[in-house]
Amino acid sequence: MTATIDYTERIPNNVDLASDRRLQRALEAWQPRFLQWWQDMGPALPTRDVYLRTAVSVGHEGWAHFGHVPLPDYRWGIFLAERDSDRVAAFGAHKGEPVWQAVPGEHRADLQRLIVVQGDTEPASVEQQRHLGSTAPSLYDLRNLFQVNVEEGRHLWAMVYLLHAHFARAGREEAEALLERSSGSQDAPRILGAFNEPTPDWLSFFMFTYFTDRDGKYQLGTLRESAFDPLSRTCEFMLKEEAHHMFVGTTGIDRVVRRTAQLMVENDAEDIREWGGIPLDMVQRYLNFHYSVSLDLFGSEMSTNVANYYTAGLKGRWREEQRGDDHILADAVSTVEVVADDQIVEVEAPALVALNQDLRDEYVADCRNGLNRWNRILEEAGIDIRLALPHHGFNRRVGAFAGHHISPSGKVIGAEEWERSAPGWLPTEEDRAYVASLMQPVLEPGRIASWIAPPTKGINGQPFEYEYVHLA
Amino acid sequence: MDAVVSFGTCPERYRHWRLDLEGDLAWLRLDVQEDGGLVPGYELKLNTYDLGVDIELYDATQRLRFEHPEVRVVVVTGTEGLFSAGANIHMLARSSHPWKVNFCKFTNETRCAMEDASAHSGQVYVAAVNGPAAGGGYELALACERILLVDDNSTAVSLPEAPLLGVLPGTGGLTRLVDKRHVRRDLADAFVTTPEGVRGARAVHWGLVDEVIPRHDFEKLVGERARELGAPSRRPRDAEGVALTPLEREVSPDAVVYQHVRADLDRQGRTATITVRGPEGDVPESLERIHALGAAFWPLAMTRELEDLILHLRTNEAEIGTWVVKTRGQIEGALAFERVIARHSSSDWLVNEVRHYFKRVLKRLDVTSRSLVALIEPGSCFAGALLELALACDRQYMLDGVLEDDEAGEEGEAARIVVSESNFGAFPMANGLTRLGARFFGHEEREEAARQRLNQPLSAEEALELGLVTFTPDDLDWEEEVRIALEERASLSPDALTGMEANLRFVGPETMETKIFGRLSAWQNWVFSRDNAAGPEGALRRYGTGQWPAFDRRRT
Repeated sequence: MTATIDYTERIPNNVDLASDRRLQRALEAWQPRFLQWWQDMGPALPTRDVYLRTAVSVGHEGWAHFGHVPLPDYRWGIFLAERDSDRVAAFGAHKGEPVWQAVPGEHRADLQRLIVVQGDTEPASVEQQRHLGSTAPSLYDLRNLFQVNVEEGRHLWAMVYLLHAHFARAGREEAEALLERSSGSQDAPRILGAFNEPTPDWLSFFMFTYFTDRDGKYQLGTLRESAFDPLSRTCEFMLKEEAHHMFVGTTGIDRVVRRTAQLMVENDAEDIREWGGIPLDMVQRYLNFHYSVSLDLFGSEMSTNVANYYTAGLKGRWREEQRGDDHILADAVSTVEVVADDQIVEVEAPALVALNQDLRDEYVADCRNGLNRWNRILEEAGIDIRLALPHHGFNRRVGAFAGHHISPSGKVIGAEEWERSAPGWLPTEEDRAYVASLMQPVLEPGRIASWIAPPTKGINGQPFEYEYVHLA
Repeated sequence: MDAVVSFGTCPERYRHWRLDLEGDLAWLRLDVQEDGGLVPGYELKLNTYDLGVDIELYDATQRLRFEHPEVRVVVVTGTEGLFSAGANIHMLARSSHPWKVNFCKFTNETRCAMEDASAHSGQVYVAAVNGPAAGGGYELALACERILLVDDNSTAVSLPEAPLLGVLPGTGGLTRLVDKRHVRRDLADAFVTTPEGVRGARAVHWGLVDEVIPRHDFEKLVGERARELGAPSRRPRDAEGVALTPLEREVSPDAVVYQHVRADLDRQGRTATITVRGPEGDVPESLERIHALGAAFWPLAMTRELEDLILHLRTNEAEIGTWVVKTRGQIEGALAFERVIARHSSSDWLVNEVRHYFKRVLKRLDVTSRSLVALIEPGSCFAGALLELALACDRQYMLDGVLEDDEAGEEGEAARIVVSESNFGAFPMANGLTRLGARFFGHEEREEAARQRLNQPLSAEEALELGLVTFTPDDLDWEEEVRIALEERASLSPDALTGMEANLRFVGPETMETKIFGRLSAWQNWVFSRDNAAGPEGALRRYGTGQWPAFDRRRT
C-alpha cells in the first residue's frame, strides 16, 4: 500500500486509523465519493471560507478547534467517546453482560439497519438545506447553517465508520448507498419521510433544527445505550455536536419571536407583515407543522421492532440507567393511546412494544422547554398571546393517529371540519409565499434581516459583526 | 446426553445379523437379539430393529462390497419363521423427535446403499421373505431387487404403519411400492391400509413380491434363484478383497481426530470445523499398489473417516448446527489421485467401489440437516473430487489473496480451486444431477463455461466470475465476514434452516431417492411431530397399551 496519505492529518480520529488497513481501504474508496456528494448536494452558495468548529479530539477540554476553513477542506473526523472497559449491557436479555466490541452475527441485520437509518438522516438534512445559504439573514446565521451542515456531514462519517469498521462488504455497500439516495428524490428518496420534506426558508430551518434535529438527539440517546459499544461511543460523541444544532434552532426561534414581539409592541399590531415581521399565528402554524412531522419520526406508538431491539440490547430507552425498573420489561405493562369511536382512549399494552411512545413522551417534554422560553419572551414584551405545542395526535401520518383528524387541542374531528380549519393550523400557500418574500440575503458583516433579531452574542467570543464567512 | 453412538463394528461383533458366505452367494440373516437394544428400555421382539441393528446391516453391506469381491448376490432373510416386523415401536415411541428423524435417515441411506450395490457393484440383493415381513421388514425387502415370499398360506407382507401406528411406512415403503415396483396406486392404497397385509398369489398378482416359493424347499430354491440373478455380474471371481480395518479415531470433548480428517467443535458457536487433508506422499503408480494399500489407499481411508465423522456428528452432536468444511493439502496431489481413479474405475472393481463409496458419502452430506459452509483458504485443495465437498455446501467462501499473518500466505500462494472431469458425472447427487449441474440448473451455458476451464487452477476472482463460489472476501474482510456469517447462521431457527437447506439443495428432477429423502421423510417427520402419532394419546404412544388412540379428527 502506498503511504502517501497521512490519515491522521486528513481525517482527525481517535480510532487508530493510521494502522487500520481495512478502514483505510474502505475510506479511500468512500472519501472521494463523499467529497463529490458534498460538491453536488452540499451548500450551493459559493464561499471562500467559513469560521467553523472542527472536532480534533474527545477530551473534556478543547475537543473543538475554531478557525476559517474552506468548506471542501473541512476535516471530517472520526471520534468515539472514550471507552469504559468495565461497561456492561444495561438492559434487555444481555443485561449485565460485557458490552460487545464486535457485531454479534445474531444481531448483524438489525444493527446494520439501525445504523443505516440513522446515517441516512445525516446527509439528508444537508441536502434539504442546500439552497438556504443564498437567503441567509446574516453572516452569523450563514455560518451556523454551514456549521450544522459540516457536522451533519461528520455524523454521516461517524455512521459510515461503523459500517466500514464492523460490517465488512455489506457495510461498504450500505455506506455507498447513503450517498446514492437523496432527499426528495423520486427514484431514491431518503428513508424517513420528514427528511424528504423541503426546507425552503429560514423559519423552516430553525423549526427543523429545533424539532427534527431534536428527534435525532433522542434517537442518538437510545443508541448511546446500545450494548454494541462502538455504536454507543459514537453516538455519545455525536450528542455533543447535536447540542449545537439544538442551540441554532432554539435561539433562532427565540430571535424570530423577539423580533415579532418588538414589531408588535412598536406598532401595536398583531399583523406585522407591513413592517417585515413574521406574525405569531404564522409562527404557530410553522411550529405545528414541524412538530407534527417530527413526531412521525418516532414511528408507530406500538412497535414490535423496537421491542426486539430493546430485548436484544441494541437500542435502549432515553437515560436507561436512570430508570427505576428491571431494565428487561418482560412483564411490564404500559398504556398507549388509540383512536376508538372518535375518542382518544388509553389501552394497556406490553411496555416493550410501547417503547416508541416512551421515547416520544420524553421528546415532547423537552419540546415544552422551548415553548416556555418563547412565551417568556412574549410575556416580557407584555404580549398576551402564547405559543403552544399542538396535541401529539395532530397532523400525524405514522402511528395510532394516522388516518384520523385530530385538532391541535386533541379533539377527534371529521374530515370536513379538518378541511375547513386546516388553513388556520398549518402553513398555507400564502404563509409560505410571504415567508419566502422575506428571504432576502443580508450578507454584510453586522447587518441583519428585518424579520429576526440579532443574537445576544457571537460565536466563540467573537462579536456579531465578525466576518464569519468570506464569500467567494 | 445419551451415550455416544459408535458406527464402527465388524461381523465378529454382530449381535443381530449373521453373514454366511457360500462362494458367490452371501446369506445375510436377521436374528435380532431381544435384549440387544442400543439403548435400554425396550425389547427387540419379533426381529424388530433399532439403530444398532441397522448399523450392523450397513457394516455388512460395506464389507460385502470391499472385502468380498467374489460375492455376486446377497440374500437377505430372517430366521426361524420370522423375517422382520420392522422398526421397534417401543423404541420409536420413547425416542425424541430428532432421534427418530436421524434413525430413519440412516436406515434410508442403508437401503439406498443396498440398491447402489445392486446397480453399481454387481452385487445384487434378494429378499427371501421366510416369515412375516411387516412395516420396516417389508421395506427392507423392497430395497432388494427381487422379493421371494414363502408360500405357506399364512406368511404375508404388510405395511401396517398407518392403520396400526398412525405413522407412515417412511423407510422408502410408500415410494418404492409405486416408483420401483410399479404397484398400481389403488392397490397400493388398499395394501397400506390393510394391517394384516397380503400373502401368496395375490401378493405376486399385485406386484408386492416377485415370486412365491414353496416352504419345504425354500432355502434351496432361493439359493438357485439368487445365483441366477448374480450370474450376469461383472465382479471378478478370483480377486482378493480389501479388509476394512478398524478406523483409528480420537474423540475428545472438542475434537474428533482421524488420520486424514478432523473436526474441531466450537460448542458455544455451535459449529464444527471439518478439515479433510489431501493425499500425502506418492501417488500409487499401479493397480497392484492400490490393492496392496487397501484400506490405507488415501481416497478410501479419507472417505471412511469422513463418513464416520458425518454419522458421529449427526447422531451425537445434534446442537452443532453448522459444519464448516475445509481442506488442506496439495492440489496437484489431489488431482493425481483422481486421475488414477478416473483411469481405473470402469475396469477395476476396487477403484469402482471407492468411487461409488465417495459418491455415497457426498450424498450423506447432501441430506445432512446441518448448515454446510465451505471455507476455501490458502493451503486448501478443493480440486476435482474434493471440490465436490465445497459444492455440497450451502455456501462457499473463498479468500481472495492471502492473509497477512497466515503461514501459507507468507509464501504468497493464494487459494485455488480446480474443476476436473470428475465434477461432471463421477459423483451424481440423489436427483441424478452433478453438483455443478444442480448449481447451474437452468443455465447450461454456465456449466459449460466451467468445463472450459477444466484442470486449470482458478483464483477467487475467476471462481466468483464462474459462479463456483458465493463470496470472495479479501484478507481485510475475511475474518469478520466469515465470523458474522457463521454467527448469524447459528442464530436462526434450526427447523427453518433444515427445511430451507433441504429444499435449496435438491433443485430439478425428482428421483425415487429424492422422494424418499424429501417428500416421504418430510411427511413422516410432520406426522412424527403431530399429537395424533406422538402425543400422549397418539397412536404411536398407545400402541400395545390396550388403549385406543384419541385423534384430532380435523384433516390438515
